[in-house]
Amino acid sequence: MTDQPTPAKVNLAEEFDRSGVGPVLKQLDDELIGLTPVKQRIREIAALLLVDRVRQKFGLSAEAPTLHMSFTGNPGTGKTTVASRMSEILHKLGYVRRGHLVSVTRDDLVGQYIGHTAPKTKEILKKAMGGVLFIDEAYYLYKAENERDYGQEAIEILLQVMENNRDDLVVILAGYADKMDKFFQSNPGFRSRVAHHIDFPDYKDAELLAIAEGMLTKLHYKLSPEARRALSEYIPIRRGQSHFANARSMRNAIDRARLRQANRCFEARQEIDLDALVTIEAEDIRRSRVFAQAG
Amino acid sequence: MRITQGCFSFLPDLTDDQILTQVQYCLEQGWAVNLEYTDDPHPRNTYWEMWGLPMFDLKDAKGVLIELTKCRELHGDKYIRLSGFDSSHGCESIRISFIVNRPANEDGFRLERVEGRGRQQHYATRSYSLDRPEGTRYA
Ligand SMILES: Nc1ncnc2c1ncn2[C@@H]1O[C@H](COP(=O)(O)OP(=O)(O)OP(=O)(O)O)[C@@H](O)[C@H]1O
Ligand SMILES: [Mg+2]
Repeated sequence: MTDQPTPAKVNLAEEFDRSGVGPVLKQLDDELIGLTPVKQRIREIAALLLVDRVRQKFGLSAEAPTLHMSFTGNPGTGKTTVASRMSEILHKLGYVRRGHLVSVTRDDLVGQYIGHTAPKTKEILKKAMGGVLFIDEAYYLYKAENERDYGQEAIEILLQVMENNRDDLVVILAGYADKMDKFFQSNPGFRSRVAHHIDFPDYKDAELLAIAEGMLTKLHYKLSPEARRALSEYIPIRRGQSHFANARSMRNAIDRARLRQANRCFEARQEIDLDALVTIEAEDIRRSRVFAQAG
Repeated sequence: MRITQGCFSFLPDLTDDQILTQVQYCLEQGWAVNLEYTDDPHPRNTYWEMWGLPMFDLKDAKGVLIELTKCRELHGDKYIRLSGFDSSHGCESIRISFIVNRPANEDGFRLERVEGRGRQQHYATRSYSLDRPEGTRYA
C-alpha cells in the first residue's frame, strides 16, 4: 500500500516487539494454567500472521489467510476465555481492525417467525465487523430433525459472510467435541470455511488445583496447607460426579468454600484478624456435599 | 442542479473509503449512525425515509457500509444521506449529516410565482422531480 522501498532484511524479533502481541501472549501463558496444545496453536497462528506481514513488506502477494476457527472441548475448559484473548491477539497482529469480541448463541441469531432471522443475524454481524464473532454451542443452529428450522437461514447468511468478509471479521464456533463433529458433518459449508480446529483438553487434577489457587489469589484468599490437601482430594471425587465442568467447577467450589468460611468466621462470634479473614481452612472444603456423596 | 446540503456538499462526492473514515469517526464518538433516502430533495423536506433503524453499538464502519450498499441497490436513483446522532445529555441531536448518494440527473428547482390576496406575489421553489409520481422521479 505504501511506497516504501523494499527492505533488504527484516528483523522478525523487532517486528514481533512492534506488534505488541508479546505481552498478550505472555498474559495468556501466565493467566491460563495448562492448555499447552491450545497455547501452541495460538503461537503458531501468531507466527503465521507475523511472517505474512513481513512477506507483504517484501511485496510478496499475500491474500489474508482464513482464520475462522472452531474450539471444541468439555464444559469449563476455557473456550470462551481464550476466544476473548484471541480477538486481542488478532487485533495486535493487524488481522482484525478493532479487536472486540461479540459472543452469541442460537437465540441471538435465530428469530421466532418468518422474516425475523435474517435481520437478527445481520444485526449481529454488523456489530461483529472488525472483530471476532464467537458462536457458542454452534450446533444448535442446525436442527437435523426440522428442515424448516429458521437456524438454516442464519447458517446461510453466516456462510456467505465468512466467505465474502474474510478481512472484516473472524468467526469462532465453539461447543462440545462430539456435537461439533456431527455439526460439521452435516454442514460441509462450515467445515470447509473453518481453517483451524482447536481442541481444549480436560484439565488434569494438578492443573485444576493450580487454577483454583489462582482464582483464590485474585480474590485475596489463600488455602491453609490442610485446606490445600482437602481440595486436592476433592478434585478427583468431583470429577467422578455428574455435571463436572472443569475450571468452572473449581470456581463454584471456591464460591461455596467462601460462603462456609464467612459463616464459620461469623458463627465464632469473636474478634478475628486479617489472617483469619483471608484463609480458607480444611473444614470449609470438607463440609462440601461432594465428600458426603462420595460416602 | 447539484443539491448542496449537510457537510461536505461543496466538495466532490466522498468515495466509499472517505465515507468509511467519517463513519468510523462517528462511531468513535459514540454517535448512532442513520441512513435515510428521499426523492423529494427540497431543503424544507426534513423528514426523509429511514433505511432501517439507526445503528447503535457498532465498533467498525464496515457494518454501516454494508447497509449503505444495500440501500443503494434499492434506492440508487434517489438521494441518500447519512447522519450521526449524539445522544449525550446536552446535545441529543444530529452532529453530522451528509449526502452519500445522488441521482444521476439532478434536475433542480424552478421558481413558482403565486398570486395571493390583493394580487400580492408569493414565491415558491419546487423541484422538477415532483412533477412526476413518486418512485419515477429520478428513474
Ligand atoms: N486455564 C485456565 N486457567 C485459569 N482459569 C481458567 C482456565 N480455564 C478456564 N478458566 C476459568 O474457568 C471458567 C470457565 O471458563 P470458560 O467460560 O472459558 O469455559 P468454556 O469452555 O467456555 O465453558 P462452556 O463450554 O461451558 O461454555 C472461567 O471463569 C475461566 O476464567
Ligand atoms: Mg463458554
